[in-house]
Amino acid sequence: MAKKTEKKKVQEEECDCCCCGDDCCAEEWPSWTQERMVGIEKVREEFPGNKTFYMKEEMDFGPGQFAMVWLPGLDEKPIALIPAEKGKYALNIEGKGEATKQMLALKKGGKLGVRGPYGRPFSTEGVKKAVIVAGGVGIDSIILLAQRLHENKCKTKIILGGRSKERIIFEKELKKYGEVYITTDDGSYGEKGFNVQVLERLLKKEKTGMVYACGPEIMEVKALETAKKFKTPFEASIERYMKCGIGICGECVINDRLVCADGPVFSGAELSKLSEFGKNAYLKSGKRVSLQEYYAWRSK
Amino acid sequence: MLETSFCGAQMKNPTRLASGILGVNAGQLLRVAREGAGAVTTKSLGPRERQGHNNPTVIEWEHGLLNAVGLPTPGYRNSDEEFEELKALKKLGVPLIASVYGTKWEEFAEVAEYVAQKKPEAIELDISCPNTEWGGTQFATNPEISAKIVSSVKNAAGKIPVIAKLTPAANSPVEVGKACEEAGADALCAANTMPGMIINADAMKPVLAFKSGGISGPALKPINLKITYNLFEKVEIPIIGEGGISSGTDALEYIMAGASIAGIGSAVWQHGTGVFAKVCGEMKGWMKENGFSKIEKLKGIAHG
Repeated sequence: MAKKTEKKKVQEEECDCCCCGDDCCAEEWPSWTQERMVGIEKVREEFPGNKTFYMKEEMDFGPGQFAMVWLPGLDEKPIALIPAEKGKYALNIEGKGEATKQMLALKKGGKLGVRGPYGRPFSTEGVKKAVIVAGGVGIDSIILLAQRLHENKCKTKIILGGRSKERIIFEKELKKYGEVYITTDDGSYGEKGFNVQVLERLLKKEKTGMVYACGPEIMEVKALETAKKFKTPFEASIERYMKCGIGICGECVINDRLVCADGPVFSGAELSKLSEFGKNAYLKSGKRVSLQEYYAWRSK
Repeated sequence: MLETSFCGAQMKNPTRLASGILGVNAGQLLRVAREGAGAVTTKSLGPRERQGHNNPTVIEWEHGLLNAVGLPTPGYRNSDEEFEELKALKKLGVPLIASVYGTKWEEFAEVAEYVAQKKPEAIELDISCPNTEWGGTQFATNPEISAKIVSSVKNAAGKIPVIAKLTPAANSPVEVGKACEEAGADALCAANTMPGMIINADAMKPVLAFKSGGISGPALKPINLKITYNLFEKVEIPIIGEGGISSGTDALEYIMAGASIAGIGSAVWQHGTGVFAKVCGEMKGWMKENGFSKIEKLKGIAHG
């Protein structure tokens, strides 16, 4: 199960997404992504209320792809896929709502439902010099990205930002793949301030082939502005409340694009055309609200 | 070749985006219209804001999809902005079908009255959603209640044509369809998803948070095709054939059974929003090969 080479890539000219209708984009019935219960091999606490679950399943997935993770009888959430040893993967879960809090109580030997991998990954081909800027919960989405870039012999700088020291996770893993810079809001670790400030400095210093971003949308908006200023190609992974995860229900829409199927990774050119980027999102009911109101609901 | 008319509206081709697929906002409907759908349908609009069910809401399985999204809606009072943006459909020449629902039979007319002011080409009554705590399918399994909803909506909707969306779960969908026709329905949709359930043995639980849901995709096709065929013999009003269409021949089979237009839903998962152009291309290919120049000539051809 769940072994298939990725076929959706950011390609602006030829096949834009999973929506051209041609065979290159078609999913077949039956689906190889469908729900299965996967055992937990190892649990690592990153900080109180945040754990990484190492799963007992091999999966072929691309950088930035995600899985829908199910706690039977309760709820299901989209979670970024983190590479682990022997082609397996890990899931970093932060206990925010009822479901994720209950997921954190699971131990080695327990099981989680998994559907996926889903979504369009980051593109890495031909990138020789890159800066990745990631903040908070966005850090888990860039681990495979950094690994792939490293394998492609890309010179990568990784800027991690967080509220405080404990929120800078996966630093050890990421150090293997590039030069890591740290910023914290409170200055408890690395430079005090925001990761985008470091991005600006790095781009000023030398020409870069690509800026990748994943984190709070405000950070991504600023990162895109900075990349534009230095005329650097850009890709970011976007978050919206998600239901089906497979491009059917339309819930995770941003303008006319679906985060689950057209994204979650979008290019700077695509994002520049989306007027809702950095401004609006939709509640679980489908009601359009400001990003501020959306985050207020999400943090409840 | 594929041009047709439905409920008085001209369509470039006989496909429509089924209700509940995409359609959360105007942007998605406009995209589907630009990418080739003959008509688009909004996600069902309800009387008040509602979140729908927890996840999992839609899952894939060997023969299609199973969903219980649970009719999330911003409520009609929060929908002005979307309808304003949807005016752009006129320029694209793509008719808008506005789907509405109520939690009680009386509420359908309340929502339809609002929607009618927005002047869609048709209003579709979701009397057959299997995924609600108030029963949902209960309306369309009962000919009397279905007729009551249709006539109350006809009173509220003025000149806007009204479509009743039937359920394959009814004892006799044809009887319900006939009752709706007699109550003034301008068209029928055959049909909604079929109630079903998937249990994951390793989890020892139903996968959907709502436990049961609606079966769609290839598994639904023979069921709704039969309903379309039977309805065609018993009613005069046009029929939307829907359920498991992902290719040109799938759509043609429904048209041969008697459908005027073909709805596409779950195949958006399989093929993305490009599915409408794909289905139309394949229909044209088949027609050329078999010497048909007008799609309307194929309507009901499987009968007799």
